[in-house]
Amino acid sequence: MTDHVHTTPEDEHDNAYAGLLVNDAHWAFGTDFEDPLAGVDTTIPEGVDAPTLAAYALMLGDDALVMSHRVSEWTSNAPDLEDDIALSNIALDLLGQARLLLARAAKADESVVPVLPEGSPAPPEDALAFFREAHDFRNVRLAELVNGDFAEATVRVLLFSVWRLALLEQLRASRDHVLAAVAAKGVKEVAYHRDYSARWFVTLARGTDESRRRLLAALDALWPLWPELFDTHPVEAAAAESGVGVDPAGVRDAAEAVLDQVLAAADVPRPEVARRAGVLGRTGRDGMHGEPLGRMLAEMQSVARAHPRGLW
Amino acid sequence: MTDPELPMLTLVDLGVLREVDLVGDSHVVVDITPTYSGCPAMAAMRDDLVRELSGAGFDRVEVRVSLDPAWTTDWITPEGRAALAAAGISPPGPAPSTDGPIPLTLLPTARQVRCPQCDSPATELVSEFGSTACKAQYRCTACREPFDHVKEI
Repeated sequence: MTDHVHTTPEDEHDNAYAGLLVNDAHWAFGTDFEDPLAGVDTTIPEGVDAPTLAAYALMLGDDALVMSHRVSEWTSNAPDLEDDIALSNIALDLLGQARLLLARAAKADESVVPVLPEGSPAPPEDALAFFREAHDFRNVRLAELVNGDFAEATVRVLLFSVWRLALLEQLRASRDHVLAAVAAKGVKEVAYHRDYSARWFVTLARGTDESRRRLLAALDALWPLWPELFDTHPVEAAAAESGVGVDPAGVRDAAEAVLDQVLAAADVPRPEVARRAGVLGRTGRDGMHGEPLGRMLAEMQSVARAHPRGLW
Repeated sequence: MTDPELPMLTLVDLGVLREVDLVGDSHVVVDITPTYSGCPAMAAMRDDLVRELSGAGFDRVEVRVSLDPAWTTDWITPEGRAALAAAGISPPGPAPSTDGPIPLTLLPTARQVRCPQCDSPATELVSEFGSTACKAQYRCTACREPFDHVKEI
Protein backbone atom coordinates (compact mmCIF):
# COMPACT_ATOMS: atom_id res chain seq x y z
CA MET A 1 0.00 0.00 0.00
CA THR A 2 1.59 3.22 -1.17
CA ASP A 3 0.62 6.62 0.11
CA HIS A 4 -0.61 9.38 -2.10
CA VAL A 5 2.64 11.28 -2.67
CA HIS A 6 2.84 14.78 -4.10
CA THR A 7 6.13 15.95 -5.53
CA THR A 8 7.18 19.47 -6.41
CA PRO A 9 4.31 20.31 -8.71
CA GLU A 10 6.24 22.20 -11.38
CA ASP A 11 8.56 19.24 -11.99
CA GLU A 12 5.75 16.99 -13.10
CA HIS A 13 4.09 19.59 -15.24
CA ASP A 14 7.01 21.13 -17.06
CA ASN A 15 8.65 17.88 -18.04
CA ALA A 16 6.63 14.92 -19.28
CA TYR A 17 9.37 12.50 -18.21
CA ALA A 18 9.65 13.81 -14.67
CA GLY A 19 6.18 12.46 -13.99
CA LEU A 20 7.38 8.94 -14.71
CA LEU A 21 9.92 9.07 -11.92
CA VAL A 22 7.58 10.16 -9.16
CA ASN A 23 4.73 8.51 -7.41
CA ASP A 24 1.59 10.53 -7.95
CA ALA A 25 -0.69 7.51 -7.66
CA HIS A 26 -4.40 8.05 -7.16
CA TRP A 27 -7.58 5.96 -7.13
CA ALA A 28 -7.39 3.96 -10.34
CA PHE A 29 -11.03 4.21 -11.40
CA GLY A 30 -11.90 7.84 -10.75
CA THR A 31 -10.88 11.24 -11.99
CA ASP A 32 -8.96 12.35 -8.89
CA PHE A 33 -11.19 15.40 -8.50
CA GLU A 34 -11.17 14.81 -4.80
CA ASP A 35 -14.66 15.94 -3.93
CA PRO A 36 -17.16 16.96 -6.60
CA LEU A 37 -19.05 18.91 -3.93
CA ALA A 38 -16.02 20.65 -2.40
CA GLY A 39 -17.18 24.05 -1.20
CA VAL A 40 -20.83 23.41 -2.06
CA ASP A 41 -23.37 24.09 0.68
CA THR A 42 -24.53 20.58 1.59
CA THR A 43 -26.45 21.60 4.70
CA ILE A 44 -29.64 19.59 4.93
CA PRO A 45 -32.62 21.97 4.74
CA GLU A 46 -34.60 22.37 7.92
CA GLY A 47 -37.29 19.77 8.47
CA VAL A 48 -35.88 17.40 5.86
CA ASP A 49 -35.22 13.80 6.81
CA ALA A 50 -31.60 13.04 5.84
CA PRO A 51 -32.14 9.36 4.91
CA THR A 52 -35.09 10.37 2.68
CA LEU A 53 -32.96 12.98 0.92
CA ALA A 54 -30.17 10.43 0.42
CA ALA A 55 -32.55 7.76 -0.88
CA TYR A 56 -34.13 10.24 -3.27
CA ALA A 57 -30.75 11.46 -4.60
CA LEU A 58 -29.76 7.82 -5.11
CA MET A 59 -32.83 7.21 -7.26
CA LEU A 60 -32.07 10.11 -9.59
CA GLY A 61 -28.37 9.27 -9.52
CA ASP A 62 -28.94 5.62 -10.36
CA ASP A 63 -31.24 6.55 -13.27
CA ALA A 64 -28.43 8.69 -14.67
CA LEU A 65 -25.66 6.16 -13.97
CA VAL A 66 -27.39 3.13 -15.47
CA MET A 67 -28.71 5.04 -18.47
CA SER A 68 -25.25 6.56 -18.98
CA HIS A 69 -23.65 3.14 -19.00
CA ARG A 70 -26.13 1.73 -21.52
CA VAL A 71 -25.75 4.74 -23.80
CA SER A 72 -21.96 4.58 -23.45
CA GLU A 73 -22.09 1.04 -24.84
CA TRP A 74 -22.86 2.71 -28.19
CA THR A 75 -19.40 4.27 -28.26
CA SER A 76 -17.71 2.97 -31.43
CA ASN A 77 -20.91 1.12 -32.39
CA ALA A 78 -23.20 3.90 -33.64
CA PRO A 79 -24.24 4.04 -37.31
CA ASP A 80 -21.91 6.96 -38.05
CA LEU A 81 -19.26 9.05 -36.37
CA GLU A 82 -21.54 12.00 -35.60
CA ASP A 83 -24.01 9.84 -33.72
CA ASP A 84 -21.23 7.97 -32.00
CA ILE A 85 -20.02 11.31 -30.67
CA ALA A 86 -23.54 12.46 -29.83
CA LEU A 87 -24.34 9.33 -27.83
CA SER A 88 -20.97 9.45 -26.06
CA ASN A 89 -21.64 13.05 -25.05
CA ILE A 90 -25.10 12.16 -23.78
CA ALA A 91 -23.57 9.36 -21.71
CA LEU A 92 -20.94 11.77 -20.36
CA ASP A 93 -23.51 14.38 -19.31
CA LEU A 94 -25.53 11.72 -17.48
CA LEU A 95 -22.41 10.35 -15.81
CA GLY A 96 -21.61 13.83 -14.55
CA GLN A 97 -25.12 14.17 -13.14
CA ALA A 98 -24.83 10.71 -11.56
CA ARG A 99 -21.56 11.63 -9.88
CA LEU A 100 -22.99 14.74 -8.23
CA LEU A 101 -26.21 12.99 -7.20
CA LEU A 102 -24.44 9.97 -5.70
CA ALA A 103 -22.04 12.32 -3.91
CA ARG A 104 -25.05 14.24 -2.61
CA ALA A 105 -26.63 11.00 -1.34
CA ALA A 106 -23.41 10.07 0.47
CA LYS A 107 -23.11 13.54 2.06
CA ALA A 108 -26.70 13.45 3.27
CA ASP A 109 -26.47 9.98 4.83
CA GLU A 110 -23.15 8.20 4.81
CA SER A 111 -24.76 4.95 5.88
CA VAL A 112 -25.88 4.41 2.25
CA VAL A 113 -22.23 4.06 1.19
CA PRO A 114 -20.95 0.46 1.08
CA VAL A 115 -18.11 -0.28 3.45
CA LEU A 116 -14.95 -0.91 1.44
CA PRO A 117 -11.82 -2.87 2.35
CA GLU A 118 -9.45 -0.99 4.64
CA GLY A 119 -7.26 1.38 2.69
CA SER A 120 -9.46 1.74 -0.37
CA PRO A 121 -9.06 5.21 -1.86
CA ALA A 122 -12.45 5.08 -3.64
CA PRO A 123 -14.50 8.21 -2.95
CA PRO A 124 -18.09 7.71 -1.71
CA GLU A 125 -19.74 8.23 -5.10
CA ASP A 126 -17.48 5.58 -6.64
CA ALA A 127 -18.16 3.21 -3.77
CA LEU A 128 -21.86 3.64 -4.52
CA ALA A 129 -21.37 3.05 -8.25
CA PHE A 130 -18.96 0.12 -8.07
CA PHE A 131 -19.70 -1.70 -4.84
CA ARG A 132 -23.47 -2.06 -4.63
CA GLU A 133 -25.45 -5.11 -5.74
CA ALA A 134 -28.19 -4.86 -8.36
CA HIS A 135 -30.94 -4.97 -5.72
CA ASP A 136 -29.50 -1.84 -4.10
CA PHE A 137 -29.90 0.15 -7.32
CA ARG A 138 -33.02 2.29 -7.46
CA ASN A 139 -33.10 3.17 -11.17
CA VAL A 140 -36.23 2.84 -13.28
CA ARG A 141 -36.20 -0.35 -15.37
CA LEU A 142 -36.31 1.54 -18.69
CA ALA A 143 -32.67 2.55 -18.16
CA GLU A 144 -31.27 -0.94 -17.64
CA LEU A 145 -32.55 -2.89 -20.66
CA VAL A 146 -30.04 -4.49 -22.99
CA ASN A 147 -29.41 -2.25 -25.97
CA GLY A 148 -31.14 -3.00 -29.25
CA ASP A 149 -30.69 -1.32 -32.63
CA PHE A 150 -30.28 2.41 -33.26
CA ALA A 151 -34.07 2.87 -33.35
CA GLU A 152 -34.23 1.36 -29.87
CA ALA A 153 -31.55 3.79 -28.64
CA THR A 154 -33.49 6.67 -30.19
CA VAL A 155 -36.76 5.70 -28.51
CA ARG A 156 -35.13 4.94 -25.18
CA VAL A 157 -33.19 8.22 -25.03
CA LEU A 158 -36.37 10.05 -26.07
CA LEU A 159 -38.62 8.50 -23.40
CA PHE A 160 -35.95 8.86 -20.73
CA SER A 161 -35.10 12.48 -21.61
CA VAL A 162 -38.69 13.68 -21.97
CA TRP A 163 -39.39 12.31 -18.51
CA ARG A 164 -36.14 13.42 -16.88
CA LEU A 165 -36.35 16.92 -18.34
CA ALA A 166 -39.87 17.33 -16.94
CA LEU A 167 -38.60 16.17 -13.52
CA LEU A 168 -35.50 18.37 -13.54
CA GLU A 169 -37.50 21.44 -14.59
CA GLN A 170 -39.46 21.09 -11.35
CA LEU A 171 -36.46 20.02 -9.28
CA ARG A 172 -34.81 23.40 -9.93
CA ALA A 173 -37.05 24.69 -7.13
CA SER A 174 -35.79 22.07 -4.66
CA ARG A 175 -35.08 23.34 -1.16
CA ASP A 176 -31.87 21.31 -1.29
CA HIS A 177 -29.15 23.52 -2.80
CA VAL A 178 -27.31 20.62 -4.40
CA LEU A 179 -30.36 19.06 -6.05
CA ALA A 180 -31.53 22.47 -7.27
CA ALA A 181 -28.10 23.19 -8.77
CA VAL A 182 -27.78 19.75 -10.39
CA ALA A 183 -31.25 20.20 -11.84
CA ALA A 184 -30.55 23.70 -13.19
CA LYS A 185 -27.47 22.36 -14.96
CA GLY A 186 -29.14 19.12 -16.01
CA VAL A 187 -32.08 20.90 -17.64
CA LYS A 188 -29.75 22.49 -20.17
CA GLU A 189 -28.02 19.21 -20.90
CA VAL A 190 -31.07 16.96 -21.09
CA ALA A 191 -32.85 19.46 -23.37
CA TYR A 192 -30.13 18.71 -25.95
CA HIS A 193 -30.56 14.95 -25.41
CA ARG A 194 -34.31 15.16 -25.82
CA ASP A 195 -34.22 17.24 -28.97
CA TYR A 196 -31.50 15.04 -30.50
CA SER A 197 -33.55 11.87 -29.97
CA ALA A 198 -36.82 13.57 -30.98
CA ARG A 199 -35.33 14.62 -34.32
CA TRP A 200 -34.05 11.12 -34.97
CA PHE A 201 -37.47 9.74 -33.96
CA VAL A 202 -39.17 11.84 -36.64
CA THR A 203 -36.45 11.08 -39.18
CA LEU A 204 -36.70 7.32 -38.70
CA ALA A 205 -40.51 7.36 -38.61
CA ARG A 206 -40.69 9.32 -41.85
CA GLY A 207 -37.69 7.63 -43.48
CA THR A 208 -37.83 4.29 -45.24
CA ASP A 209 -40.26 1.44 -44.63
CA GLU A 210 -37.48 -0.36 -42.81
CA SER A 211 -36.56 2.58 -40.56
CA ARG A 212 -40.22 3.10 -39.68
CA ARG A 213 -40.73 -0.60 -39.01
CA ARG A 214 -37.76 -0.64 -36.64
CA LEU A 215 -38.86 2.54 -34.89
CA LEU A 216 -42.38 1.24 -34.27
CA ALA A 217 -41.01 -2.08 -33.03
CA ALA A 218 -38.74 -0.25 -30.58
CA LEU A 219 -41.58 1.94 -29.36
CA ASP A 220 -43.82 -1.09 -28.78
CA ALA A 221 -41.03 -2.84 -26.91
CA LEU A 222 -40.25 0.09 -24.59
CA TRP A 223 -43.78 1.46 -24.11
CA PRO A 224 -44.67 -1.01 -21.31
CA LEU A 225 -42.01 0.66 -19.13
CA TRP A 226 -43.19 4.26 -19.76
CA PRO A 227 -45.90 4.29 -17.03
CA GLU A 228 -43.41 3.13 -14.38
CA LEU A 229 -41.60 6.46 -14.79
CA PHE A 230 -44.60 8.25 -13.28
CA ASP A 231 -45.24 5.94 -10.34
CA THR A 232 -44.77 7.63 -6.98
CA HIS A 233 -42.51 5.67 -4.65
CA PRO A 234 -42.92 6.48 -0.93
CA VAL A 235 -39.43 8.03 -0.91
CA GLU A 236 -40.40 10.32 -3.78
CA ALA A 237 -43.64 11.23 -2.03
CA ALA A 238 -41.75 12.06 1.18
CA ALA A 239 -39.07 14.02 -0.69
CA ALA A 240 -41.76 16.01 -2.54
CA GLU A 241 -43.65 16.58 0.69
CA SER A 242 -40.59 18.14 2.34
CA GLY A 243 -39.85 20.33 -0.68
CA VAL A 244 -36.60 18.70 -1.79
CA GLY A 245 -37.96 16.31 -4.43
CA VAL A 246 -40.52 16.06 -7.21
CA ASP A 247 -43.47 13.67 -7.31
CA PRO A 248 -43.12 12.05 -10.77
CA ALA A 249 -46.89 11.66 -11.03
CA GLY A 250 -47.08 15.44 -11.08
CA VAL A 251 -44.99 15.80 -14.25
CA ARG A 252 -46.89 13.19 -16.25
CA ASP A 253 -49.11 15.67 -18.12
CA ALA A 254 -46.16 17.85 -19.09
CA ALA A 255 -44.14 14.85 -20.29
CA GLU A 256 -47.05 13.33 -22.20
CA ALA A 257 -47.72 16.65 -23.93
CA VAL A 258 -44.13 16.83 -25.20
CA LEU A 259 -44.15 13.20 -26.28
CA ASP A 260 -47.44 13.74 -28.14
CA GLN A 261 -45.80 16.56 -30.10
CA VAL A 262 -43.06 14.18 -31.23
CA LEU A 263 -45.52 11.42 -32.09
CA ALA A 264 -47.66 13.84 -34.09
CA ALA A 265 -44.69 15.17 -36.04
CA ALA A 266 -43.62 11.59 -36.75
CA ASP A 267 -47.17 10.48 -37.63
CA VAL A 268 -46.90 7.67 -35.11
CA PRO A 269 -49.95 6.68 -33.02
CA ARG A 270 -49.63 6.11 -29.29
CA PRO A 271 -48.93 2.40 -28.81
CA GLU A 272 -51.65 0.25 -27.33
CA VAL A 273 -49.48 -1.97 -25.22
CA ALA A 274 -50.14 -2.68 -21.55
CA ARG A 275 -47.66 -1.61 -18.90
CA ARG A 276 -45.16 -4.12 -17.57
CA ALA A 277 -46.16 -5.22 -14.12
CA GLY A 278 -43.73 -5.21 -11.24
CA VAL A 279 -42.74 -8.36 -9.39
CA LEU A 280 -45.25 -8.59 -6.54
CA GLY A 281 -45.86 -4.92 -7.26
CA ARG A 282 -42.21 -4.00 -6.91
CA THR A 283 -40.36 -2.19 -9.69
CA GLY A 284 -37.00 -0.51 -10.30
CA ARG A 285 -37.45 2.07 -7.55
CA ASP A 286 -37.87 -0.81 -5.06
CA GLY A 287 -34.66 -2.47 -6.22
CA MET A 288 -36.52 -5.02 -8.35
CA HIS A 289 -34.60 -5.32 -11.61
CA GLY A 290 -34.34 -7.59 -14.58
CA GLU A 291 -31.41 -9.92 -15.09
CA PRO A 292 -29.74 -7.53 -17.57
CA LEU A 293 -28.87 -5.06 -14.80
CA GLY A 294 -26.91 -7.73 -12.94
CA ARG A 295 -24.93 -8.55 -16.06
CA MET A 296 -24.35 -4.89 -16.83
CA LEU A 297 -23.07 -4.24 -13.31
CA ALA A 298 -20.85 -7.32 -13.43
CA GLU A 299 -19.06 -5.77 -16.37
CA MET A 300 -19.13 -2.19 -15.08
CA GLN A 301 -17.93 -3.09 -11.58
CA SER A 302 -15.62 -6.06 -12.07
CA VAL A 303 -12.30 -4.21 -12.32
CA ALA A 304 -12.94 -1.89 -9.37
CA ARG A 305 -14.16 -4.83 -7.28
CA ALA A 306 -11.08 -6.88 -8.15
CA HIS A 307 -8.85 -3.99 -7.09
CA PRO A 308 -10.65 -2.05 -4.36
CA ARG A 309 -7.33 -0.49 -3.31
CA GLY A 310 -6.30 0.14 -6.90
CA LEU A 311 -3.94 3.03 -7.44
CA TRP A 312 -2.16 4.21 -10.55
CA MET B 1 -4.30 29.52 -16.55
CA THR B 2 -5.99 28.10 -19.62
CA ASP B 3 -8.69 25.55 -20.31
CA PRO B 4 -7.15 22.10 -21.01
CA GLU B 5 -9.46 21.49 -23.98
CA LEU B 6 -9.73 25.07 -25.25
CA PRO B 7 -6.15 26.24 -24.59
CA MET B 8 -6.75 29.58 -26.31
CA LEU B 9 -9.04 30.54 -23.40
CA THR B 10 -8.04 31.45 -19.88
CA LEU B 11 -10.31 30.18 -17.13
CA VAL B 12 -11.44 33.78 -16.68
CA ASP B 13 -12.27 34.13 -20.40
CA LEU B 14 -14.23 30.88 -20.24
CA GLY B 15 -16.16 32.14 -17.21
CA VAL B 16 -15.22 29.10 -15.13
CA LEU B 17 -13.16 31.01 -12.58
CA ARG B 18 -15.79 32.76 -10.48
CA GLU B 19 -13.96 34.13 -7.49
CA VAL B 20 -10.56 34.36 -5.87
CA ASP B 21 -10.34 35.17 -2.18
CA LEU B 22 -7.15 35.88 -0.30
CA VAL B 23 -7.31 34.62 3.27
CA GLY B 24 -4.23 36.15 4.83
CA ASP B 25 -0.92 36.12 2.99
CA SER B 26 -0.46 32.48 2.12
CA HIS B 27 -3.96 31.03 1.83
CA VAL B 28 -6.09 31.43 -1.28
CA VAL B 29 -9.60 30.16 -2.01
CA VAL B 30 -10.69 29.80 -5.63
CA ASP B 31 -14.26 29.15 -6.80
CA ILE B 32 -14.84 27.42 -10.13
CA THR B 33 -18.08 26.49 -11.89
CA PRO B 34 -18.11 23.38 -14.11
CA THR B 35 -19.15 23.93 -17.73
CA TYR B 36 -20.96 20.59 -18.11
CA SER B 37 -21.83 18.12 -15.34
CA GLY B 38 -19.51 15.50 -16.80
CA CYS B 39 -16.77 17.79 -18.04
CA PRO B 40 -13.58 15.71 -17.74
CA ALA B 41 -11.45 18.86 -17.89
CA MET B 42 -12.50 19.94 -14.40
CA ALA B 43 -9.95 17.71 -12.68
CA ALA B 44 -7.17 19.08 -14.87
CA MET B 45 -8.31 22.65 -14.20
CA ARG B 46 -8.27 22.04 -10.49
CA ASP B 47 -4.79 20.47 -10.61
CA ASP B 48 -3.49 23.33 -12.74
CA LEU B 49 -4.87 25.92 -10.30
CA VAL B 50 -3.26 24.18 -7.34
CA ARG B 51 0.04 23.90 -9.19
CA GLU B 52 0.12 27.52 -10.39
CA LEU B 53 -0.97 29.04 -7.09
CA SER B 54 1.41 26.86 -5.08
CA GLY B 55 4.14 27.90 -7.48
CA ALA B 56 3.17 31.53 -6.86
CA GLY B 57 3.95 31.05 -3.18
CA PHE B 58 0.62 30.16 -1.59
CA ASP B 59 1.01 27.52 1.11
CA ARG B 60 -2.66 26.65 1.11
CA VAL B 61 -4.74 26.51 -2.05
CA GLU B 62 -8.41 25.64 -1.73
CA VAL B 63 -10.42 25.01 -4.90
CA ARG B 64 -14.15 25.06 -4.32
CA VAL B 65 -16.93 24.05 -6.69
CA SER B 66 -19.69 26.56 -7.21
CA LEU B 67 -22.73 24.89 -8.81
CA ASP B 68 -25.21 27.71 -8.45
CA PRO B 69 -25.80 29.57 -10.69
CA ALA B 70 -25.04 27.07 -13.44
CA TRP B 71 -22.37 27.96 -15.98
CA THR B 72 -23.60 29.58 -19.16
CA THR B 73 -21.80 30.45 -22.40
CA ASP B 74 -22.91 34.04 -21.74
CA TRP B 75 -20.04 34.16 -19.22
CA ILE B 76 -17.42 33.78 -21.97
CA THR B 77 -15.75 37.21 -22.14
CA PRO B 78 -15.44 39.31 -25.33
CA GLU B 79 -11.70 38.53 -25.24
CA GLY B 80 -12.56 34.85 -25.00
CA ARG B 81 -14.91 35.06 -27.97
CA ALA B 82 -12.24 36.77 -30.04
CA ALA B 83 -9.69 34.11 -29.03
CA LEU B 84 -12.09 31.31 -30.02
CA ALA B 85 -12.73 32.87 -33.43
CA ALA B 86 -9.01 33.43 -33.99
CA ALA B 87 -8.46 29.72 -33.29
CA GLY B 88 -11.06 28.68 -35.87
CA ILE B 89 -13.85 27.94 -33.39
CA SER B 90 -17.17 29.73 -33.82
CA PRO B 91 -18.12 31.49 -30.57
CA PRO B 92 -21.58 30.99 -29.05
CA GLY B 93 -24.53 33.32 -29.55
CA PRO B 94 -26.70 34.42 -26.62
CA ALA B 95 -27.83 31.49 -24.44
CA PRO B 96 -31.55 30.72 -24.57
CA SER B 97 -33.63 31.35 -21.48
CA THR B 98 -34.05 28.24 -19.38
CA ASP B 99 -36.45 29.61 -16.79
CA GLY B 100 -39.69 27.80 -17.61
CA PRO B 101 -40.26 24.54 -19.50
CA ILE B 102 -37.83 24.15 -22.39
CA PRO B 103 -39.80 24.03 -25.66
CA LEU B 104 -39.19 21.05 -27.92
CA THR B 105 -37.36 21.92 -31.13
CA LEU B 106 -37.69 19.32 -33.87
CA LEU B 107 -35.81 21.33 -36.47
CA PRO B 108 -32.07 21.92 -36.36
CA THR B 109 -31.29 24.79 -34.00
CA ALA B 110 -31.43 28.04 -35.94
CA ARG B 111 -28.22 29.97 -35.41
CA GLN B 112 -26.46 32.72 -37.32
CA VAL B 113 -23.10 31.02 -37.54
CA ARG B 114 -20.34 32.42 -39.74
CA CYS B 115 -17.44 30.32 -40.92
CA PRO B 116 -14.42 31.12 -38.73
CA GLN B 117 -12.14 30.41 -41.72
CA CYS B 118 -13.69 32.44 -44.55
CA ASP B 119 -16.38 34.43 -42.68
CA SER B 120 -19.13 33.13 -44.98
CA PRO B 121 -22.63 32.97 -43.45
CA ALA B 122 -23.32 29.88 -45.62
CA THR B 123 -22.87 27.25 -42.93
CA GLU B 124 -24.79 24.15 -41.94
CA LEU B 125 -25.11 22.12 -38.79
CA VAL B 126 -23.61 18.62 -38.96
CA SER B 127 -24.38 17.58 -35.38
CA GLU B 128 -25.35 19.22 -32.11
CA PHE B 129 -22.62 17.17 -30.44
CA GLY B 130 -18.94 17.64 -31.20
CA SER B 131 -15.40 16.87 -30.10
CA THR B 132 -16.11 18.02 -26.54
CA ALA B 133 -19.29 18.34 -24.52
CA CYS B 134 -19.49 22.07 -25.19
CA LYS B 135 -19.30 22.06 -29.00
CA ALA B 136 -21.47 21.38 -32.04
CA GLN B 137 -20.10 20.41 -35.45
CA TYR B 138 -20.66 22.66 -38.45
CA ARG B 139 -19.46 22.83 -42.01
CA CYS B 140 -19.05 25.82 -44.30
CA THR B 141 -20.73 25.34 -47.66
CA ALA B 142 -18.63 28.12 -49.19
CA CYS B 143 -15.09 27.01 -48.34
CA ARG B 144 -16.10 23.44 -47.41
CA GLU B 145 -14.16 23.49 -44.17
CA PRO B 146 -15.65 21.76 -41.12
CA PHE B 147 -15.47 23.67 -37.85
CA ASP B 148 -16.63 23.61 -34.23
CA HIS B 149 -19.20 25.93 -32.73
CA VAL B 150 -19.43 26.46 -28.98
CA LYS B 151 -23.09 25.74 -28.36
CA GLU B 152 -25.26 28.05 -26.35
CA ILE B 153 -26.11 26.70 -22.92
